[in-house]
Amino acid sequence: MKRLGKIYFALILMFLYVPIFVLIVFSFNETKSRSVFSGFTLEWYAKLFQNRIIIHSLVNTIIIATLASIISTVLGTLAAIGINSMRKVPKAAVMNITNMPIINPEIVTGVSLMLLFVFFAARMNFEFGFVTLLIAHITFDVPYVILNIMPKFKQMDPNLFEAAQDLGCSPMQAFRKVILPEIMPGVISGFLMAFTYSLDDFVISYFTSGSTSQTLPITIYSMTRRKISPEINALSTIIFIVVLVILVVKNFVENRAAKNNSFKGERA
Amino acid sequence: MKKLKVFSAPYLVWMIVFIVVPLLMVAYYAFTTDSGAFTIKNISNVGQYANIFVRSIWLALVATVICLVLAYPVAYLLSRMEKHKQGTMLLIVMLPMWMNFLLRTYAWMTLLGNNGVINHILGFVGLGPYKLINTSGAVVLGMVYNYLPFMILPLYSVMEKIDKSVIEAASDLGCSSGGVMLRVIVPLSLPGITSGITMVFVPAISTFIISRMLGGGSNLLIGDLIEMQFLGNAYNPQLGAAISLVLMVIILVIMTVMNQFSPDDQVLI
Repeated sequence: MKRLGKIYFALILMFLYVPIFVLIVFSFNETKSRSVFSGFTLEWYAKLFQNRIIIHSLVNTIIIATLASIISTVLGTLAAIGINSMRKVPKAAVMNITNMPIINPEIVTGVSLMLLFVFFAARMNFEFGFVTLLIAHITFDVPYVILNIMPKFKQMDPNLFEAAQDLGCSPMQAFRKVILPEIMPGVISGFLMAFTYSLDDFVISYFTSGSTSQTLPITIYSMTRRKISPEINALSTIIFIVVLVILVVKNFVENRAAKNNSFKGERA
Repeated sequence: MKKLKVFSAPYLVWMIVFIVVPLLMVAYYAFTTDSGAFTIKNISNVGQYANIFVRSIWLALVATVICLVLAYPVAYLLSRMEKHKQGTMLLIVMLPMWMNFLLRTYAWMTLLGNNGVINHILGFVGLGPYKLINTSGAVVLGMVYNYLPFMILPLYSVMEKIDKSVIEAASDLGCSSGGVMLRVIVPLSLPGITSGITMVFVPAISTFIISRMLGGGSNLLIGDLIEMQFLGNAYNPQLGAAISLVLMVIILVIMTVMNQFSPDDQVLI
């Protein structure tokens, strides 16, 4: 039974990884063939780094993801604090609407924002581009920030804020010194989630970007539409390695933190 | 704490302008002509595409069932591993999901193509070439590959919390290992099953990339239909909005049904 489980687990891992390894292998292939490996080359990597469209859209993606995640973290943190102090009914209403972009299919969110932008573009004379893309990204990022912070309030003693004020803090000080440190883990995980969703988003960007401001996923999409370009394989390989390194480092750091904590726990 | 309510004001404005109004605009477009007069023609026209709706629901359903069948043992095996191994193994299972899904789908184009890797390998043993890409099977495969981690994760996070002593108690009281599975583990993992089903079914039924990249032109899904009305040759935002509205209703109905099977306090997303 145990061996059967191991074999099954290995098969699933093969299913998940074989396609990616095939891409990686063919990123070093001399010819454009997608089935025969004829010889080793780094040509596609060289071409990738000379490809202005890809580099430009990569920079654009990073700028948008950074701006969108910072703005939505600020907006979402303030929102979570406010929502937490609402009465039950308005709180439930706001949370239901906040959940909409998460529950709705991405295509519906993308299309709805596109309709809004088309409506205003015609009347206020602006074009689809960087601004519409940024607004769209903030819109789907904020709910993730809020959902990461809300549980932290549940764990917090609601009297802490007033206690701090009774002891001489101004409301601003009480906020900075009491509430913020308590919800900080949620703020950070919300920010990271928003950032990765922004980096990775294709569908909503596709409907809200226009031709002047492209993100990397949109460029990848148009590359797959055209003839076979092994540069995509090279790009996939680089992205895979970057992700692998980040996750391994993250895992390592977390494991160490967990060990340190348990050590402290033992001492206490 | 009451004074803190004002903090949410900027977000509330943002929420109304960029979440509520756009969705109302979808509803508005769905029920008006391009000159702005009320009509139900857009909605009734959606009926012409019933075959595409049926295909989308069917393919998404098949993909969801396959994901559940494949993911359940994976999540179970993960949750039974030693604690220090679990984190690393989960990381390995989830790693492919961190690649952009366009690249993951493109990988299958490479594998399934008429001159692709699989046909090439089959050629060595004297089989094929088979038509693998541009079939509905390829679309289902693309869905399963892309969304399998969405099924594994909620299942694992529920199973991991199942108390080992409950399982031991069941077998001490005479349950066979099959009985433990059926009477203890499956009922306790129900919230994970329902949230896994929604997390796979919703993106699967609304995708337009997987069908376009792996399904060729002959496997249009609801997502393709919507995309064509907004960015394609068939430009017709009124019809596109109507289709989006019907899609939202279908998903709402399915999620309501799924939530019936979940204990009240454990409704995940």
